[in-house]
Amino acid sequence: MTDAVWVRRWSSVSIITIVGLAGIIAILAFGPLFLGSYWTSRLTTLFIYIILAVMWNALAGYAGLVSVGQQAFFGLGAYVVIRLSDAGMPVYPAIALAPVIIAVLALVLSPLALRLRGGEFAIGMWVFAELAHLLVNLDSLIQGETGRSLIALSAFAPDVRRANNYWFALGAMTIFLALVFVLLRSRMGASVQAIRDNEEAAASVGVRVMATKRTIFVLAAAGCAAAGALTLSTLITFQPKTFFSVQWTAYMIFMTLVGGLGTFEGPIIGAIVFFIVESLFGSSGVWYLIALGASALVFSLWIPRGIWGTITARSGIQLMPIGYRLLFRK
Amino acid sequence: MNVLSVEALDARHGLLKAVRGVSFAVSAGEILALVGANGAGKTTLLRTIAGAHKASSGKVIFDGTDISNVPANKRTRAGIALVPEGRRLFGEMTVEENLLVAGRTGRKGPWNYATVLDAFPMLQPLAQRKGNDLSGGQQQATAIGRALMTNPRLLLIDEVSLGLSPVAVNAVYESLQTVIASGATIVLVEQDLSRVLRISTRIVCLLEGRVVLEGRTSDVTKEQITEAYFGLRRPATLEVEA
Amino acid sequence: MIDQIVQGVLLGGYYALVACGLSFMYGVMRIINLAHGSLAILAAFLVWYITEQLAVSPFIALLIVVPIMAALGWILQRTVLDRSLRSGPLTPLLSTFGIAIIIDNGLFERFGADTRSLAPNIGDLSYKSWTLPGGVTVGQLGLLTLGVAVVLIVGLQLFLKYAPLGRAIRATAEDPDTAELMGINSRSVYAAAAAIALGTVAIAGAFLGMRATFDPYSGGAQLIFAFEAVVIGGTGSLWGTLLGAIALGVAQNLGAQVNPKGFLIAGHLLFFCVLAVRVFAAGGFSLNWLKALWRSQPA
Repeated sequence: MTDAVWVRRWSSVSIITIVGLAGIIAILAFGPLFLGSYWTSRLTTLFIYIILAVMWNALAGYAGLVSVGQQAFFGLGAYVVIRLSDAGMPVYPAIALAPVIIAVLALVLSPLALRLRGGEFAIGMWVFAELAHLLVNLDSLIQGETGRSLIALSAFAPDVRRANNYWFALGAMTIFLALVFVLLRSRMGASVQAIRDNEEAAASVGVRVMATKRTIFVLAAAGCAAAGALTLSTLITFQPKTFFSVQWTAYMIFMTLVGGLGTFEGPIIGAIVFFIVESLFGSSGVWYLIALGASALVFSLWIPRGIWGTITARSGIQLMPIGYRLLFRK
Repeated sequence: MNVLSVEALDARHGLLKAVRGVSFAVSAGEILALVGANGAGKTTLLRTIAGAHKASSGKVIFDGTDISNVPANKRTRAGIALVPEGRRLFGEMTVEENLLVAGRTGRKGPWNYATVLDAFPMLQPLAQRKGNDLSGGQQQATAIGRALMTNPRLLLIDEVSLGLSPVAVNAVYESLQTVIASGATIVLVEQDLSRVLRISTRIVCLLEGRVVLEGRTSDVTKEQITEAYFGLRRPATLEVEA
Repeated sequence: MIDQIVQGVLLGGYYALVACGLSFMYGVMRIINLAHGSLAILAAFLVWYITEQLAVSPFIALLIVVPIMAALGWILQRTVLDRSLRSGPLTPLLSTFGIAIIIDNGLFERFGADTRSLAPNIGDLSYKSWTLPGGVTVGQLGLLTLGVAVVLIVGLQLFLKYAPLGRAIRATAEDPDTAELMGINSRSVYAAAAAIALGTVAIAGAFLGMRATFDPYSGGAQLIFAFEAVVIGGTGSLWGTLLGAIALGVAQNLGAQVNPKGFLIAGHLLFFCVLAVRVFAAGGFSLNWLKALWRSQPA
């Protein structure tokens, strides 16, 4: 009698999860109708955090690229919206277009950036962010650190604006989650796994390391640009110092490490944890930031799998059908 | 008195068991030759004795002390030196620096920079040459000299003659006589069986990680070794794997 | 123009000081310490605090701060870096970034947002200068900084070449496993290297405080300058780091001539140009990636 072996990607748990997730997003889509103004804007922030965490996780967890300069794309995303709006483009189409423009920029930047290894890439991206910040400051429209407001937003009534921001953030989050999901399930998903395990070995067996890294680099740039553009729509004023702050990357690192680096679900959980922690302690200022740094340190050293990775390692549950399950039957 | 005894030693590379339940002992002043085909586990066994590879179970006893959990640098300070496979010289450092960097174990003994250069005259004109710029024989001499600088009581040498010219092999073995005269015990890996029979006092043959032949060299014939080497003679008892 | 170049060289002296610890640690342990700049600021605050409290010269305070920072380096290596080194190439980046956040905000909590400087504590050294023929002025402090940087780098080179510990550090940097087999305790060697690196960071912090101002959040900029100097000079050599630091200082000063805001921009541009040339020389720029990208689209 021969053994039957087959690969299964969907389990009943993961089907339920996907359907559940789609259901949650569908329900959330009606949010502005019943949530009230406070929660509508708070959830908008949460969606932005989820985008940031998922993007940073894709970079570090899937492509092995630790960037300390993702604030570059965040800030440039917002800046592009200001520029497009100034050129006469309606605000929300500008917000949708900004990530595409930044993706092209990242594609141009990628041959140089992706040649850098480890720490070189990390700080190299930071230098890029600093340079982007300085160059944006030179723009007479921005007037240095004075910044500029997205004046066109005042055409919308506050309620309408809030609802629009919410829907745009929810939509962007859904799109970027779906993109990462599709990426991991494509042939590139297997490459990602191989690169994460051993980049040189992966290259030697024909995995296109560069193509995979480039795709993720561009995707992450677009995601961070979307988050920056959306943040601008909530803050209205573009101040270069705020938007190009390394703090954004610190948040991304915290969310990803706490949730679980290299897992699909981890950064979402990390973003929710960060959202709650910020809501509770954000006003306590400096100690709150020290605690964030300390958590990043503790998680990186002692809990490297993060919350979600630790749970799956203990229980074997996998909610999202991105892995492969090899089944044997006698 | 046994300088070294190895008891039921297991070592792995991931899932692969490279050394399985190996036991043997060497007493002071002996030359033990470790023979076996490629992949028999010789290198892993030497590295495990030196502490460069972690044993998954079993014991390494040196001078009556269980050192199984002692890190490599402390084993060297206690008197075990390994000439590793591929020599592993510090390629960016000169011969002199390679020797001096190993001479800091704080162990007393016959070996210092001057006596090592005396034992390996070929190294004298090369003192300021970088490790990367040496020939195979010069590298091997430097590697053995470097191990001697730690003043070992037990010298482990992986592949004494691999890649060396016959002249260089003779020179290296000649210098080993000086080492034995200084009272050290030697465990070496050697592929040349005729030479093994001439110079060693004790022999251990490994096959697929297990000891298949062990004894005084004077008690075994070349035919017996060859049979064990190629697995034609199974060991009398096969231990059951846990 | 000549004046700007001379000032740039002098400024490069400071960058060399702050870069040399980063370069040293990278050379030995292959760690890029993202807390490097924050540690330099911590040292600057320590020197400032001791100077104020004991009413002594910053140079006396530095004698106390160097051993403190060295001890901190030892502890940092033993508690954090050792562990991160064992957990893969990304972990040291994440853990040192966490440390940077803790230090920056810890300094803010303790000392507040005020900008500090040690310049008032060193008398006329902070502004005295010599005038060379042609009207080029050479500040005494700038020259001292450059001198200290050169002495430090020469000293480190001699130490690595001739001192037993220096040789052990080089052996461990090249092949830690084999170094262990030669009786070298690689963990202790790494800890000693971290102590030395942070000792130099203490000196860098003190000179930063004397020649300029600093606040709790100045660390990121110092890290970037140090890193740019290391990369421009080519990683793996302290002399390269010195040259890179000087090139960075000169580029910044010339950039400031072009545009008042050009100081930092010129430094960053030089950094990216050097990187681009290096990638280009390695054959990294070809259009194959466009084709590869096209083919790799998920079907």
